[in-house]
Amino acid sequence: MFDILVENLTKRFGDFCAVDHISFTVGHGEIFGLLGPNGAGKSTLIRMMTTLIPPTDGTVRINGCDVVRDPDGVRRAIGVIPQALTSDLDLTAVENMRIFAKLYGITGAAARPVIDGLLEAVDLVPWRDKPLKIFSGGMRRRLEIARGLVHAPKIFFLDEPTTGLDPVSRTAVWEMLAKLRKERDLTILMTTHYMDEADKLCDRIAIVDHGKLVALDSPLKLKASVPGRNVIEVSFAAPPPGWSGVLQQLPEVAKVESVDHVYRIGSHNGPATTLAMMEAARDANTAILSLSVQSTTLDDVFVHFTGHQLRDALQAPTHERMVRPGR
Amino acid sequence: MIRVWAIIERDLRRYLRSPALVTMSVVMPLIQLVILGYAFGGKVRNVQLGVVDGDHGVEAAQLKEMFQAVAAGPRTFVAVPYAGEAEALRDLRDGRISAVLHIPPEFSRSVLAGAGPRVALIEDNIDQFSSATVQASLQAIVAAFNRERQPERGARLSGDVTLSVVELYPYVPYMQFLLPGMITLSIFTSAMIGGGIIYIDDKSRGLHEGYLVTPITKFELILGFNLSGVAKAVVSGTLILLIGLVVSGVPDPFNLLRLGRMFVLILVTAMALISLMFLLVVRMNDPLLPRMLFGVLNILLFYPSGALYPTNSFPPWMQVITVLNPFTYAVDGFKSLLLKNTGFAAVGMDILFLLGFAGIAMAAATKLFRRTL
Repeated sequence: MFDILVENLTKRFGDFCAVDHISFTVGHGEIFGLLGPNGAGKSTLIRMMTTLIPPTDGTVRINGCDVVRDPDGVRRAIGVIPQALTSDLDLTAVENMRIFAKLYGITGAAARPVIDGLLEAVDLVPWRDKPLKIFSGGMRRRLEIARGLVHAPKIFFLDEPTTGLDPVSRTAVWEMLAKLRKERDLTILMTTHYMDEADKLCDRIAIVDHGKLVALDSPLKLKASVPGRNVIEVSFAAPPPGWSGVLQQLPEVAKVESVDHVYRIGSHNGPATTLAMMEAARDANTAILSLSVQSTTLDDVFVHFTGHQLRDALQAPTHERMVRPGR
Repeated sequence: MIRVWAIIERDLRRYLRSPALVTMSVVMPLIQLVILGYAFGGKVRNVQLGVVDGDHGVEAAQLKEMFQAVAAGPRTFVAVPYAGEAEALRDLRDGRISAVLHIPPEFSRSVLAGAGPRVALIEDNIDQFSSATVQASLQAIVAAFNRERQPERGARLSGDVTLSVVELYPYVPYMQFLLPGMITLSIFTSAMIGGGIIYIDDKSRGLHEGYLVTPITKFELILGFNLSGVAKAVVSGTLILLIGLVVSGVPDPFNLLRLGRMFVLILVTAMALISLMFLLVVRMNDPLLPRMLFGVLNILLFYPSGALYPTNSFPPWMQVITVLNPFTYAVDGFKSLLLKNTGFAAVGMDILFLLGFAGIAMAAATKLFRRTL
């Protein structure tokens, strides 16, 4: 049995199709990433999976329970960390935890060891009786992760867990999640628009764009599926006419794209192609202005599958922005 | 100067692009104009006047006929016949009627004998607008009665019927008269700010998502929101009561029995106002809306409640608001307990209405509440 089974899941808001016939499964113990730009439909997907919005069509089963027919069964099996920071700033860490434990019927003596254990797991023991208003964003996020685990859920949903955090805090959150997954035997589904986050943390990644699933595999295989294992970005002072064709003929080259005098060369062997290219440039008497050789990143994968970089998308106006964020 | 323009342009552009704000800045003063316009200075009508006829003679009947003329004409009061004085006074104390006119036994004989009988008017003087109006109207009737009888008696003024006025309660300063309205207003304010506005703000910040992904039921959520709102509103209502008692100089301010009764009424008032507020905001998402609603409701509920001016002077459409308005019953109850020192018997109807209102509004809010985003 899959921990998460999504079949032909669709959500329409009027004429707008936010999620368009998406299907995938997540096995037990996996960290599964939904990767896509803002407005791709990631949050809508995760909200349907966590019973927050009803699907227009298709089915979702979480831990064997259908989100429409047995929402409470789903709710008991899942922990959810929404995108917005929703912990209470005026309350202490322990108070925040206690209140959430009560929402699941865990009180008093039963709650204490659970809360203490979780605070330790997220490294917040010294801060347990401090109000959240003195916490940094990363500490608050870690507390919310602990809070989402008070009822020992099997499956953990996180909507953009590190958005708005500084690089150090992000790394801390990643480490925490990896550790918690192992210690608590969790299945984790998270959305993100950070490629490095998905690359580092996820066992498998689904790329979502315009509400559709465009690719689904492990980060390694996804990267391997992009033509060229390395990407060479190079700019020339004055490339002669037909220069693109010349580059295409270099050894091991898979693909050449160019904008003005900047070329992006996909190669199966970066060093070999680079050497040959430098010779070709000398022969053509054109100077190289800049040069970088990179291994394929998930950014390349994303561009490959969606045909564009992470880009702006229109979103329905929400009122979230009207009040101070994070209170 | 360009920098000044930048500030002005930004503000004005935002103003023009939020139609709700523009609308409200026009609608609110208009509502205020209409409600306040009719809330004050209208003619007091239909004051319930208990009439005890201890005489049943021809002259007493003539006097009562003249009441009927007033009841049919300017409708200042409605005469309600009572068999005995004790019964009439009990209803007067419990607020069912506003004044009692007692025609004494032997009235007719005294009139015929030219002995100058007295007719007693016993008034609920808490509402001074009503009592003054009824008093003036009755003085006029008695004078007219005397004029009609004059040809038969000769011009002996000493034989005239006189109206002697008895006030049921000690003089109530205006500040004490205002106190019931202010206690209700403080409960309402707390319900709006501590309940409605925080509810929408939390919702728009995504705090409710945290509740919705747990196995909590709709009813548990609404009940939880309601009870915490009630707790906050009871605190502010009780504080205003305690401070108000001292500041306005209510005699024997910390009478425990009365404080206990007041507390019960504060509690049911908070329940009614909180549940009303939840019913109104349960489907709202925009944090600006409850803030505007607050202003409109304040005018729409407070002034027609009778907290400042007797409700029987309002035009019929405004009396509809008065009858449906939980504020009215709260103010009436607080007046009874606080200024007339009555027991629960006098405020039974008020408590019953407030509880019923709270129950219905909460059931409707639960029905309307969406368990999904």
